[in-house]
Amino acid sequence: MRRVSWLVPTVYILFLMLPIYWLVTMSFKTTNEILGSFTLFPQSFTLENYRVIFTDPTWYMGYVNSLIYVTINTVLSVCVALPAAYAFSRYRFLGDKHLFFWLLTNRMAPAAVFALPFFQLYSAVGIFDTHLAVALAHTLFNIPLAVWILEGFMSGVPKQLDETAYIDGYSFPSFFVKIFIPTIAAGIGVAAFFCFMFSWVELLLAKTLTAVAAKPIAATMTKTASSSGYELGLLAAAGTLTIIPGAIVIYFVRNYIAKGFALGRV
Amino acid sequence: MLELRNITMRVGTETHIHPTSLVFKPGSFNILLGTTLAGKTTLMQLMAGLEKPTAGEVWFNGVNVTGVPVQKRNVSMVYQQFINYPNMSVFDNIASPLRVGGVDRAEIKRRVGAMAELMRISAMLDRRPAELSGGQQQRIAMARALVKDSDLILLDEPLANLDFKLREEMRDELPKLFGERQCVVVYATTEPTEALLFGGQTAALHQGRVADFGPTGEIYRRPASLTGAQVFSEPPINTVKAVKSGHMISAGSSLTWVAPEGLADGDYTIGIRAHHVTPFETAGSVPVDGTIKIAELSGSESMIHFDAIGGDWVSLSHGVHPFVAGARATLYADMSACFYFAPDGTLVRSGEAEGRH
Repeated sequence: MRRVSWLVPTVYILFLMLPIYWLVTMSFKTTNEILGSFTLFPQSFTLENYRVIFTDPTWYMGYVNSLIYVTINTVLSVCVALPAAYAFSRYRFLGDKHLFFWLLTNRMAPAAVFALPFFQLYSAVGIFDTHLAVALAHTLFNIPLAVWILEGFMSGVPKQLDETAYIDGYSFPSFFVKIFIPTIAAGIGVAAFFCFMFSWVELLLAKTLTAVAAKPIAATMTKTASSSGYELGLLAAAGTLTIIPGAIVIYFVRNYIAKGFALGRV
Repeated sequence: MLELRNITMRVGTETHIHPTSLVFKPGSFNILLGTTLAGKTTLMQLMAGLEKPTAGEVWFNGVNVTGVPVQKRNVSMVYQQFINYPNMSVFDNIASPLRVGGVDRAEIKRRVGAMAELMRISAMLDRRPAELSGGQQQRIAMARALVKDSDLILLDEPLANLDFKLREEMRDELPKLFGERQCVVVYATTEPTEALLFGGQTAALHQGRVADFGPTGEIYRRPASLTGAQVFSEPPINTVKAVKSGHMISAGSSLTWVAPEGLADGDYTIGIRAHHVTPFETAGSVPVDGTIKIAELSGSESMIHFDAIGGDWVSLSHGVHPFVAGARATLYADMSACFYFAPDGTLVRSGEAEGRH
């Protein structure tokens, strides 16, 4: 039994890590090596793929664009969701449960459904191919998610905390900023993490709503693959770099996430 | 002086507080006694200004404060749950009402220090509330409530979530904390014993109505009504319907005793507290035959539930008196200590107040 107890997780982790390992080794290989032979390690180790990405604006601007709209989206979603979640957790009003459910149903439609209306609308009002366009489109999915997560965390805070603050003399705004937000910091971390991740990996809307100026990295990757033939090493390097921001964000919220999964209702 | 004038609270179609009028004097210790959902917390929220009454007025020191938000009133409150700001240190928690009130730094430091000393939490001022035990967390909440000179201090079952020993300890300390202050203290509890320990005045609440209000010992011995007696009895008071005619009063053929002098003929509801019903005979007691349901023996006390005339009876007595469930048994009710209520529930005569108890 002892031996099996470490064997199972090890096999599982190896299984999970294999594609990532393959992606990372590929990024250090030349395209010829990738296509020509089966190798576990790069035979002719090269950083050329990474050099191309960090020097060619069509490549690195993809990351910059993605990071810009993802950040705008995360900040926007959390800021809008905070008061909404507070209302859902603290007040009973006519149709509150239905409204809450309706918010969630927004997440149930595939992004493709909204691609056309957004494209047409944004073209009409002149924000097509801007970072704001993608950020706004993603709030459609992220605000309900953030409201849902934050509501769970807020409902875990007793209403008496609000009352105690009012009794101490805090006004609602100062209570909300000075006491309530720090109290649910873990929940905000978790909500921000999910908004970030969704917005970072979403491709369809990001691709449809941009052309040149705000083109995301995922769009750059697919386009490069089709125009200049098989540049597998370059794509692998781009893929590796795409994983990194997510990994960094997870690192920063890792304590919150553990706490968050237990406390909130994620 | 805090005055509630015909205060009413309705939420939707439910009435949480029926028209209630109460007057609390400065420097007084007042107890709201009642079961869960009796309206204690709602009444406190109305007093504090956390809720606005549907009808009626709240007056404080001759000023109508009905619509005044809680921030503008000088009140403190301690809850049953240990409510502290988790993101702040113990020091900042206690200092919070002073900071909002614009008290200067040196003064804050002095008052928080003194209050922490009094609450015996001086060594923990740099820590976070979550790192401390439940008893200490409640001490922080208490310190925060007392550090500002409130006109009204509301304590909503503050000891209910503490374990037995801590509760005893804080029960002793509590009255001393308010000693000199000229504030109105309102203390909510579900336990009649706690009310009796604190003394002061008690308002017995039942389903959103004040069943009785007066000095604690007084309304314990002489409850105004059957409901008041029921609220102020733990274990529940035994009741039985009886008829008085001539010298005797009887509740059916098996339970008859000599009526006290001056009691008019007619129908009565008799109330007798559990500790006046014993498994052994005492001078002047009347036998009550019944079937034992449960006998709970707790070291030095026996609580016996039995089925007798008029329904369920409870007996509470010193010593261990083993009874077997289902067995026939005779217990003895000391009728000199019983209450006589008129059919409408009002008290006619109190044995506990007039008798030897």
